[in-house]
Amino acid sequence: MSATASTLAYLIASICFIMALRGLSSPETARRGNLLGIIGMVIAVVTTLASPEVVSYTTIIAGIVIGGTIGTVIARRIEMTALPQLVAAFHSLVGLAAVFVAAAAFHTPEAYGIGVSGSIHASSLIEMSLGTAIGAITFTGSIIAFGKLQGLVSSNPLSFPGQHILNLALGILLALLIALFVSGESGFLFWMIVLLSLILGVLLIVPIGGADMPVVISMLNSYSGWAACGIGFTLGNNLLIVTGALVGSSGAILSYIMCKGMNRSFFNVILGGFGGEGVAASGPDLGDKTVKSGSAEDAAFILENAGSVIIVPGYGMAVAQAQQALREMGDILKSRGVTVRYAIHPVAGRMPGHMNVLLAEANVPYDEVMELDEINRDFSSTDVAFVIGANDVTNPAAKTDPSSPIYGMPILDVENARTVLFSKRSLASGYAGVDNELFYRDNTMMLFGDAKKMCEDVVKALG
Amino acid sequence: MDPVDFADSAYKLSGEASRLAERLAELAQRATYADAGSAAAATAGSGSADVFLMGFTVFVLAIFVGYYVVWHVTPALHSPLMSVTNAISSVIVVGALIAAGPADFNISQVFGFIAVTLASINIFGGFIVTQRMLQMFRKKQR
Repeated sequence: MSATASTLAYLIASICFIMALRGLSSPETARRGNLLGIIGMVIAVVTTLASPEVVSYTTIIAGIVIGGTIGTVIARRIEMTALPQLVAAFHSLVGLAAVFVAAAAFHTPEAYGIGVSGSIHASSLIEMSLGTAIGAITFTGSIIAFGKLQGLVSSNPLSFPGQHILNLALGILLALLIALFVSGESGFLFWMIVLLSLILGVLLIVPIGGADMPVVISMLNSYSGWAACGIGFTLGNNLLIVTGALVGSSGAILSYIMCKGMNRSFFNVILGGFGGEGVAASGPDLGDKTVKSGSAEDAAFILENAGSVIIVPGYGMAVAQAQQALREMGDILKSRGVTVRYAIHPVAGRMPGHMNVLLAEANVPYDEVMELDEINRDFSSTDVAFVIGANDVTNPAAKTDPSSPIYGMPILDVENARTVLFSKRSLASGYAGVDNELFYRDNTMMLFGDAKKMCEDVVKALG
Repeated sequence: MDPVDFADSAYKLSGEASRLAERLAELAQRATYADAGSAAAATAGSGSADVFLMGFTVFVLAIFVGYYVVWHVTPALHSPLMSVTNAISSVIVVGALIAAGPADFNISQVFGFIAVTLASINIFGGFIVTQRMLQMFRKKQR
């Protein structure tokens, strides 16, 4: 294929990718968008295969068949509750692939038209080392995120003295290595950059706690985009640059939205150390507060006699796999004339939009699922708020107590509902380590036990 | 301005921006090739600086396109957004294919093979899992 033809084909692929993202503006257009994404990818691959640089196909076909099979099997089998881990794992692969592409470009620059071995253009060396470094950081960072989400590594933040100084020093060392590499072009330095970035990736993610994972995953998503950009610059390929920039800005916007949902700055999140077991629950006067707890039958009675119910799901629902039972409960209530809706906090779950996918999987229609801004006013005119597996996102201390670590975080105003039902395993504090005063209010009833079991029992009691 | 109107005009603007960016990408690519063709033998100098500037222009415009398009994505679909961006970022497979398919064997072919395999896992996995998710999003029947 001629250079002009392939340029135009790459351009069409870029447009397909832009349209794929644009399709996600509503569920109706999203499937078509995904199809366009696939078409774009096919065009990109076929165009490259038809270019004069590619002559032997055996290795390529082997790689595509092996990778394609693994990818297909994983994607078909994965449970939707494990989605955050899956995405983290996929990010790591993009990062690693970027490192290998850069390594290939370094060893045979002629194939990419960026000079000859030993005298690669300086600008290409800069771009190459940046792509490599970001790719390697994405790789190990995502593996740590995967480990935390999968429960292989403790999800508590791991911090040690001098952590930030060490990271800063390694960062400076990395910049120094890149400068040396650009002036010297040695293979040893290339692999040193890779090694140092791999270490840095681990160190950057270990201090971040489990519930901050929505930000981390979005951030790594962004990094994988910037890595692709770096490779795009190295190879002088605009398709890679455009796609990388799209992905990079998408991840950055998601990180921003997640940080805002927690009222924390991006730096506060990536510096880490928030939450986890180290924080003692505040609330020394627990003694004189009483908690009203109820059974599934009590809950069924209250729900049945309500006119309107808003269900607030959190990560606990995903852990207990309660979404199916919850939807059944909702269906019975609806059949008895109760208005049932769902309210999702932006940072509920372990990745952006996690709760929406789980509810969709349990066949909850998406027009019954509301975002915080859409539904928050309606709590005051609602009979029952049914909170299942959520805690911090409902804590009124975020509005009233300036000393609270979650002060200023937007919350779902469940306390305005006439009755609040909390399905929770215990009175333990949430991720932020703050006691929730809602548990002790007169109009709150605690439903202790496993969330799934509780929903099933309520369904039985509704009979 | 009413937020709905604002969102609407931002959306229109994004369409406009994406068209502009596409046009620019096309021009830039042509220029890159013209440049590479005429200065193939030349050493690294002003020529490669121009190539970089062209790429940089495309880069900055694409960020703007991404910014407007992504803000328009509904929060309910943020998970599919992550998985689909994951799939399309594997377009670095393009670089891997070039490494994996030379006439004679060299070390880069090994790197290329690994990168093709990794990126393929992502491409297939990413698009399929996105499709699975999107198929679950159903409107109320009745």
